[in-house]
Amino acid sequence: MTNNLKSNILEINNLTVSFDGFKALNNLNFSIEQGELRVIIGPNGAGKTTFLDIITGKVKPTEGNVFFKGKNLRKFSEHQIARLGIGRKFQTPRIYLNLTVRENLDLTVNPQKNVFKTLFNPVRNNEKRTVAGLLETIGLTAKAELKADLLSHGEKQRLEIGMLVAQSPDLLLVDEPVAGLTDEETENVGALLLELAQSHSIIVIEHDMEFVRQIAKKVTVLHQGSVLCEGSMDQIQNDPKVIEVYLGEEQQHD
Amino acid sequence: METIINPQKNKQKNKRKLIIEGSIILGLTLILALVMPLILEPFRLKLLGRFLALGITALGIDLIWGYTGLLSLGHGIFFALGGYAIAMHIKLQIPDGQIPEFFTLYGVTKLPFFWQPFASFPFTFLAIFIIPAITAGILGYLVFRNRIKGVYFSILTQAALLVFFNFFNGQQKLINGTNGLKTDTDTIFNLVAGSNQAQIIFYELTILGIIVSYLLCRWLTSGRFGRLLIAIRDDEMRLRFSGYDPTPFKVLVFAISGAIAGLAGSLYTVQSGLITPETMKVAFSIEMVIWVAVGGRATLIGAIIGALAVNFGSSLFSEKFPEIWLFFQGALFLIVVTVLPDGLVGWVKNSGLNLIKNLLGIKPPVVTFPELVENPEILQEKEELINDK
Repeated sequence: MTNNLKSNILEINNLTVSFDGFKALNNLNFSIEQGELRVIIGPNGAGKTTFLDIITGKVKPTEGNVFFKGKNLRKFSEHQIARLGIGRKFQTPRIYLNLTVRENLDLTVNPQKNVFKTLFNPVRNNEKRTVAGLLETIGLTAKAELKADLLSHGEKQRLEIGMLVAQSPDLLLVDEPVAGLTDEETENVGALLLELAQSHSIIVIEHDMEFVRQIAKKVTVLHQGSVLCEGSMDQIQNDPKVIEVYLGEEQQHD
Repeated sequence: METIINPQKNKQKNKRKLIIEGSIILGLTLILALVMPLILEPFRLKLLGRFLALGITALGIDLIWGYTGLLSLGHGIFFALGGYAIAMHIKLQIPDGQIPEFFTLYGVTKLPFFWQPFASFPFTFLAIFIIPAITAGILGYLVFRNRIKGVYFSILTQAALLVFFNFFNGQQKLINGTNGLKTDTDTIFNLVAGSNQAQIIFYELTILGIIVSYLLCRWLTSGRFGRLLIAIRDDEMRLRFSGYDPTPFKVLVFAISGAIAGLAGSLYTVQSGLITPETMKVAFSIEMVIWVAVGGRATLIGAIIGALAVNFGSSLFSEKFPEIWLFFQGALFLIVVTVLPDGLVGWVKNSGLNLIKNLLGIKPPVVTFPELVENPEILQEKEELINDK
């Protein structure tokens, strides 16, 4: 058990979440190793977003536990979990529209996030350099002084990924990073994630199968609140259970 | 749209902006502090002083509403607490062993215990800020800790206001109930508080107060802390996922705003010569919000302008048209909400200046697609091309 926790950055045991009797997650077991990039797919309503809500502390589990670096997350609130090293990117970009691109990054890069340190500590030079480096990475250096409101959708997605990295988390949770992006932008984001995967553990939730194929080594399929199967992209595509779930869905649409 | 790529240029520009702002403040201060007392008759000067005190309250409201997005409808509490603190001090400027006269009406013979420390000026001076700040801090902590937001927060502040109003209104034996405390005829620093000499001092102190409050708010709203306040206003949940706990930030800002209102209340009280529970009426607290809305949210200077404009407007109208001036005030608010949602200063900043310039023919309206002229990427390429040559 302890051995297991050391190599697994995130470990979820027998997790159940019910909202008024409806089980959004049902006896789910999941783990991801340090440094791994994992893609989670699943039909609508499979519980993907609830899954992220649980890890980040927005929703508390009804049963079961989530361990991050061996710590049980049940007693921590959202900001404490974020400080432990879990960063989250939302499905639709959530950035501060009335701040400039640079200010957005500057807020998240702040290493001391309590009141008085934020008020009195001057912004250090290494933080400024980090922000400048991040602007370079996400390709927004020229627009650094623009209000985030004026960015295009793709630029907003990139900015939010930048903010996520600025937080310097150990585990990145990325919810549909390429929704609404052009092919070129999708490829950029894919490259960005692969680059980040070299120094972070990442969980990506995605619908776009082509994109999943671009980045995924290991894929987990969620269905009706539990893990349906896990494996490489090829294994998943040939798994009869997965085919049934996805085909079954298509038949419903017809 | 302004875009600056070169950080060096950016810094210089910011510095120039600061110098301009500083000189404007200095100029206004000199006019208010030195010129106004010479050209205004005492009655008008007192009026100006009182309205400037209300402007201080508006600054505090702007800090929590304009920047942090917390609409407090209970700032009358903090305003009145500051006012009562200074009034109690003035009431106690009597020979040892005596108690303020009104107590004898209710058969009270011994000074209530909480009055006693107010005999000391240093204590009173601190109490003007600290009592409202602590009250606001406790109220804020209870509300924000439970993640109560938006309308529910506004309703709770209003409920708290009613509680305080009823308490102050009903306790004749403690603070003279609905009659309030009159400071006009008592002395402070060996001067009769209502005399012209003392009033000039209060007027100058008000100007000092408004400058200190402005600089405090300016400092709080610039830099990382100020941007955090805006982030709380725009998306508080997102901040939590970035590792910030918004609660202490909101409590602190609410407490500071309360302290500013306390200062304003004390300055207002000594200049109007009276503090009563009326200042904790719901309408007055809502009026404070209107000043900020009229002047322009999240602009600081707009809050002061709004407070002055609305109050001078209503005093002018109430002199000229005593029966219908309230309708004017209502109309003013409707106009602001529908035509100028960003307030006076917001309008000038966003579109007014261009409109006026266009009307005067100073700058022709932009006819090209702004993207091309103002797109920073294109500007950067242009600059690189120039540099290459």
